[in-house]
Amino acid sequence: MKAPLSWIKDYIDLDGVGIEEIANLLTNVGLEVESVQLVGVEKPEGKLKNKYFGLLWDKEKFVVAEVVEVNQHPNADRLTLCELNDGTGITTVLTGAPNMFPYLGKGRLEQPIKVAYAREGALLYDGHQPGQVVTKLKKTTIRGVESRSMICSEKELGISEEHEGVIELDADAPVGMPLVDYMGDVVYEVAILPNMARDASILGIARELSAVLGRPLRLPEGVALEKGGAIAEKVGLEVRNTELNPRFMLGMVEETQSHQSPYWVRRRLSLAGMRPIDALVDATNYTMLEIGQPLHAFDYDLLRERAGGKPTIITRTAYEGEKITLLDGSELQLDPQIELVTDTVGPLSIAGVMGGSETGVRAETRNLLIESANWNFINIRKTLSKTRINSEAAYRFSRDVHPALAETALSLCLKRVQEWGGGEVVQGVLDEYGKPYVDTVNRISAENIAEVLGQEISLEESTRILERLGFTCWMEGRELVAKSPATRTDIESGIIGQRNLIEEIARVYGYERIAEKRLSDELPPQVGNPGLEAEERIRDIMVSIGLQDTLAYRQTSPEREARLNIGRKAPEGLAYVRLKNPITPERTVMRRSAKATMLELLEYNAKFRPGLALFELGPVFLPVVGEILPHEALRLSIGMTGAWDMASWDRPQSPAMDFFDLKGVVEALLDGLHLEGVKFQAVEHPSFHPGKCAEVRVGKEILGVMGELHPQVKKNYAFGQNPVLVAEFDGEALVRLSNAVFTNRPISSYPAMVEDIALIVDESVPADELEALIWQAGGKLLVDVKLFDVYRDARLGEGKKSLAYQLTYQAFDRTLTDKDALNIRNRIVKQTKNTFGAVLRSQ
Amino acid sequence: MLEIEEKLQAELARGIEALQTVADAESLEAWKQEFLGKKSLVMQVYGSMGKLAKEERPIIGKAVNQAKAGLEATLAEKEEAIKAASQQEAFTKETLDVTLPGRKPRRGRIHPLHLTLRQIYRIFGDMGFQIYRSPEVETDDYNFTFLNMPPYHPARDMWDTFYTDKEGVVLRTHTSPGQVRVMRERAPENIRVILPGTTMRYEQLTARSEIEFIQVELLVVGKGITFADMRGTLNDFARRTFGENARTRLRPSFFPFTEPSAEMDVECFVCDGEGCGVCKGTGWLEILGCGMVHPTVLRYGGYDPAVYSGFAAGMGIDRSTLMRYHIDDIRHFRNNDIRFLEQF
Ligand SMILES: [Zn+2]
Repeated sequence: MKAPLSWIKDYIDLDGVGIEEIANLLTNVGLEVESVQLVGVEKPEGKLKNKYFGLLWDKEKFVVAEVVEVNQHPNADRLTLCELNDGTGITTVLTGAPNMFPYLGKGRLEQPIKVAYAREGALLYDGHQPGQVVTKLKKTTIRGVESRSMICSEKELGISEEHEGVIELDADAPVGMPLVDYMGDVVYEVAILPNMARDASILGIARELSAVLGRPLRLPEGVALEKGGAIAEKVGLEVRNTELNPRFMLGMVEETQSHQSPYWVRRRLSLAGMRPIDALVDATNYTMLEIGQPLHAFDYDLLRERAGGKPTIITRTAYEGEKITLLDGSELQLDPQIELVTDTVGPLSIAGVMGGSETGVRAETRNLLIESANWNFINIRKTLSKTRINSEAAYRFSRDVHPALAETALSLCLKRVQEWGGGEVVQGVLDEYGKPYVDTVNRISAENIAEVLGQEISLEESTRILERLGFTCWMEGRELVAKSPATRTDIESGIIGQRNLIEEIARVYGYERIAEKRLSDELPPQVGNPGLEAEERIRDIMVSIGLQDTLAYRQTSPEREARLNIGRKAPEGLAYVRLKNPITPERTVMRRSAKATMLELLEYNAKFRPGLALFELGPVFLPVVGEILPHEALRLSIGMTGAWDMASWDRPQSPAMDFFDLKGVVEALLDGLHLEGVKFQAVEHPSFHPGKCAEVRVGKEILGVMGELHPQVKKNYAFGQNPVLVAEFDGEALVRLSNAVFTNRPISSYPAMVEDIALIVDESVPADELEALIWQAGGKLLVDVKLFDVYRDARLGEGKKSLAYQLTYQAFDRTLTDKDALNIRNRIVKQTKNTFGAVLRSQ
Repeated sequence: MLEIEEKLQAELARGIEALQTVADAESLEAWKQEFLGKKSLVMQVYGSMGKLAKEERPIIGKAVNQAKAGLEATLAEKEEAIKAASQQEAFTKETLDVTLPGRKPRRGRIHPLHLTLRQIYRIFGDMGFQIYRSPEVETDDYNFTFLNMPPYHPARDMWDTFYTDKEGVVLRTHTSPGQVRVMRERAPENIRVILPGTTMRYEQLTARSEIEFIQVELLVVGKGITFADMRGTLNDFARRTFGENARTRLRPSFFPFTEPSAEMDVECFVCDGEGCGVCKGTGWLEILGCGMVHPTVLRYGGYDPAVYSGFAAGMGIDRSTLMRYHIDDIRHFRNNDIRFLEQF
């Protein structure tokens, strides 16, 4: 909402309150000022807490002037030469403004045209460039005629984008007066909160200032309204559903005219962001901006023509299959939820949203019928969500308007139409008020206020605040009773109504004046969050290993996830959480696969670095049959490709990572989480390279799958030669099986003995089983087993491999002897031979 | 003095002098051969000792010993000097350009948003807040209705919502649904929790607006909780986050699930409140929305609003992280460009 200060001042005396202070007062009362536009006036001094923009009208350079004669430019048809009096004498000013042409050749004008005049050297906006580009007015010669100064358009002065013609000021503008003194202004752009829609009006904003400053509000006065009367002869009214249309009023002006409104009206509308149209439409828009009640104007003669006699206005919901052509020319298919204003012939407008094209105001309009109505805001919202129409009227009606405003607005609007358009107000109004609004009454005590705010505010002060906001207040015993004003519908009753009142009191009192305390209530039962703690532990371990933490989008598409499969063919029947209104075809569902996300991250980053090692911890979304919400399963994904070591200037790049680099990372993680009984088992998986994929298990529980990406899956991404390694783990299982507490092994102070042993076994013997057996055979004196070589050679025999281990023996109570070592070694050799047919390889 | 004595003295003098010109290991070796080798005068004198007259032996023996000791001592000195010189030469050869870059180990980093989250966990943890998480895909009831926004409520416009193809299921637009979930789980105990998590809004993806972002919500429920408690708690948070001299302002706002509602601004830490691009010239940065829990929400959570009260606050951490590190584009957080992440 844009509020010109000059307009606000119609309703409240703001003498002595600065531009910046007004902005801060509005923000502090809940009307956040987003920007302050300076229209000609100087920027305030001091430390400013608001965003200012605009054009300064130098008092010497911009003045009110009058054009006394308009002549043709000798060498250009499209230019005129205006004889202009700026209070210091007559100058000739050149202009191409079309609105000067009608005065051509009229000689000395009886009624001079008042204009906004800029002298040489003035800084103003360039009218011929888009946007607001400041330019300095310099002497030029146009087609042989010298030009030093100009008559300004609204665009050049920063009032609006209008540059079709120059401004014609109202006749009473004093010639020679600095323009800024005549019509300089300040426009506050205010963000209207949903519960303060009543303040989407100049009067609403003035009322807030009145409350916070403690200055009285001057209410505008319209014409006196009488129910019934002559108007009843002209038009009929029928409201079919008072739930949807609680109130409907009609007033009428005869013999009026659709000419321009006075310039001050046009300027105010422009500054408030509405385009001036003509006196009749401007009167409805002006009244809406003034008090927040939208109005609609009909050309009465068109209604009469349609009806073939006295028209009857009927408000009703649409019939199945009914259509309407709107003001903007679009045709709309209606349905029975949509409330309409109709006549006996058909729809005239979508109630409270937008008028139809057939019966609106036109240049020929002489008799004007004005609708001032109230509509059920929920139903308006349903209409809006269906029709996707935006209008100033719909904006206000969809936030609920008090029905009493219909009456105020009609009275004001009739007065304006008569003043600006001329004509006579037809005696009487029609008023169907089938559902009178009952204003709430609430009672609060000083204790109620202190209990919520933690701050004492006296009932006297509270009363003052509420009364200035329009509440009617009185005391009953120790309680303040407040009847809500007939302008707002947001104050409920009961405990919520009390809260509403406390909020009103607090915001006007000033939030910054409320005390600051530390919580002093009893702490709740202490509940930890082991899941989160374990997640953070996983994150720390991964980072300590050297992997980069990432954060993934939840939204993806099935096509993107299908890239995990050979030929991009996803398995049939994958259930997704699907979005009804995706923002892009790239993000239509919630992701199911953390691997897919990780591969995209690797793909995206592979071009930037020779080696990548990433991880991500986050949920996937798995629909569950019979459940309304999906299972949000925590996943840990790991992705690695290229060299592990970062390149340096004197060492060659280390080789590309392979399966065992990934496995090393996984082992380090599982070790860090103190998981026990972990097994890696070779498996086949459609996304992974055959023979280079493992499942990670603890007992029967599968923790995850890891391996090298299948070459044909890799083709689905823009990867180079290097193997791509990826793993996806069940984060919940990791969290559940991790041990924050574990048994620390003691360290012996006796020396250890180290020896190497190489065992030749069949290829089919899994390394982990052989190692497990070594541990078992070694007994408690065997404290470390390290595989350091795997060797294959024809001399070992077909299908054989040699595994070389470094074994460490150590006791806690003595120094071991060679004999101890021999015993252990013999046990290992014997048992591995018995179980796996292992042969000790001669040194 | 015997002739031989004089010869030895001369030999010593000659040796010392000759050694002065010796500068490397090779000439040193030649010198050793000449003065202390088998054919040297000193060694020849030793070799001929047996043939000497008995009375000459001690005299000559002493003389030869002196000469040998003298030569050896000088040699040792020289050797030491040559060793030092050659080591110095080696050092010079090995001298590094210490300004060359070091070999970088692979360093993992925590994602910047997770860093911010951890900081918030710590600050509120110190104040006795526990962490509670709730689903990202939510029911319309929890996301709206239980938060005092029945269907078609105007406040629903405040959030551009992603709907799913399942009726009544949305992507949560804020972490506030967690308020009712934690209340229902814990009623009638006191509550002091933070609710962190990803939220999603239907917005155009630009440098300043995201469809997914992380919020942290705050909820306190108990007996006698007031607006003043809220102000104190949030100011404490602001001071812990932005420094002990951080200035804040609380101004009225609207959220359907709180009443009274407020928004908290902190004085811009980039320009110290003077006005700059980050604060759009206002000197203030909006950091959170807050308010006293609405009686309707307390009721939905299982608390009697006549007995219990509470406050809630919510903040978007993407935006505050942007400001903290002067990041130019909010999309960096989820694009995970390694060149961006490596800077943390
Ligand atoms: Zn700033």
